[in-house]
Amino acid sequence: MSHHRVEARNLHFSYPDGQAAIQDISFTILHGEAVGIIGANGAGKSTLLMLLMGILFPDSGEIIVGDTRLTPKTLPMIRERLGMVFQDPDDQLFMTTVRDDVAFGPRNYHLDEQEVASRVREALAQVGILHLRDRAPFKLSGGEKRAAAIATVLSMKPDILIMDEPTSSLDPKSRRMVMELLKSFEHTKIITSHDLDMVLETCQRFLVIKEGSVAADGPAGEILKNPQLLHSCGLEMPLSLQKCPICGDQTKNFKSG
Amino acid sequence: MKDSLRDIRLLDDLARRQNPINKLHPLVKLLTTIIYLAVVVSFGRYEISALLPLIFYPVVVFALAELAPGRILRRIAWVMPLVIGIGIFNPVFDHQTVTIMNSTISKGWLSFISLVIKCVLTVAAGILLVATTGMEKLGAAMRIIGVPKIMVLQLLLTYRYILLLGDELARMLRAYSLRAPGHRGIKLAAWGSFAGSLLLRSFDRAQRVYAAMCLRGFKGDYNTGDDAKVGVRDLQFLIGWVAFFLITRSYNLPFLLGSFLTGVIGQ
Ligand SMILES: Nc1ncnc2c1ncn2[C@@H]1O[C@H](COP(=O)(O)OP(=O)(O)OP(=O)(O)O)[C@@H](O)[C@H]1O
Ligand SMILES: [Mg+2]
Repeated sequence: MSHHRVEARNLHFSYPDGQAAIQDISFTILHGEAVGIIGANGAGKSTLLMLLMGILFPDSGEIIVGDTRLTPKTLPMIRERLGMVFQDPDDQLFMTTVRDDVAFGPRNYHLDEQEVASRVREALAQVGILHLRDRAPFKLSGGEKRAAAIATVLSMKPDILIMDEPTSSLDPKSRRMVMELLKSFEHTKIITSHDLDMVLETCQRFLVIKEGSVAADGPAGEILKNPQLLHSCGLEMPLSLQKCPICGDQTKNFKSG
Repeated sequence: MKDSLRDIRLLDDLARRQNPINKLHPLVKLLTTIIYLAVVVSFGRYEISALLPLIFYPVVVFALAELAPGRILRRIAWVMPLVIGIGIFNPVFDHQTVTIMNSTISKGWLSFISLVIKCVLTVAAGILLVATTGMEKLGAAMRIIGVPKIMVLQLLLTYRYILLLGDELARMLRAYSLRAPGHRGIKLAAWGSFAGSLLLRSFDRAQRVYAAMCLRGFKGDYNTGDDAKVGVRDLQFLIGWVAFFLITRSYNLPFLLGSFLTGVIGQ
């Protein structure tokens, strides 16, 4: 199925103030692939996702979803298949109750009210906040907001799931829940994070971004074997791959550090 | 200050409760309010007694909607300085007098009082409408009576923007006060950069929120998912009140009542 393919060709983007955030990025993501986009703060991860969603338009280069080129005209069609969770959940929640917020997307696609209700229930149950459905989104805790923001996207049943730092500011249990959720999502997913353990567990392929360009692209195992690369991109080995310094299973890494 | 910021969301919270008024169809409430406003402002500028029965509408809705008077009254109080500012020149410029029940009253004062009453009634009716309906449903009702999409959208987004502005302001005040202990309010020197960055931040955020809405298929119509039909109770509410408004408009009820009573007593 080629229709869930995402392709970027020679993307360039500068913010209006002259900040060149994306410089010549190209990649192809195939159907069903789980790709982790990693990089230091300010590397351009969020900007790249916004380009993919058509919130920003590239100065040059193009984005192709399925067989369609992303243009203002094809935007509605493409957005129907992409679901994005923002870095800051406050940007995503704007209705007066969690339930209405999660229903907002499905209602815009004119599903009947019964279908909307069942999707809302399903999405809220998936992220484990069914009990918060009548609360006002702005009165939730940070982690609860995050879960609600994810539910707003799940209720639209996207073919391609895009998440910007989905596990930041979550407690271990919620983080685990989001990770399981990501693993259970079979379609294409694109995830950015500094939480390399999370990305390692949920994604097979890594795309390392450094100062707006692709520094490396390949299978997760290969990229994580290269500490120099990670270090030069402002990243660290995932904890799960470092040997435990407390239980005595020491490594060179620990002795020298 | 923080309290009033928290209160910005009050109307949204109120609109979500369950009670006889909130349950009415938004369209009916919108129409009743529009007719009410038209009737209130249609009274002459020296009219006072004939206006008085119209106070029944907000009072009854208020009671049925189980609202706490204090918070709503405070909102009405916000606009009072403005109204008084506009109306206070009436007594200054209008020196005509009339004689009512053997006492001489300045027409300027009459028109001032009439203006204040009208303002309180219209503002109260407006606030009650939002507090018992909610902005989104109100927008949907406006679409039904044919208000153009772009205007409704403008209104809804402006409303949301004010909420965001309040949110950002609350965050910035918190950040400011934590780093400036002991100050009350914001130092004059900091005002410029404070206001500027407040504007930019809220503008940025409004843009991101709007982008998030578009990503979820927003094309300019709020779907509240509540397409209940107008029922018998809704029609009763509408027809009942409109009849009352029209009667009030055509007959000076307090005057009739007064002459009826004096007539009865006089016999
Ligand atoms: N609205 C904006 N206007 C101007 N420059 C911006 C804007 N947003 C981001 N930038 C700049 O673009 C670059 C990339 O930012 P981006 O938000 O994509 O980084 P990121 O990789 O998501 O970082 P983080 O991990 O901190 O979320 C940064 O140098 C940033 O300063
Ligand atoms: Mg980011």
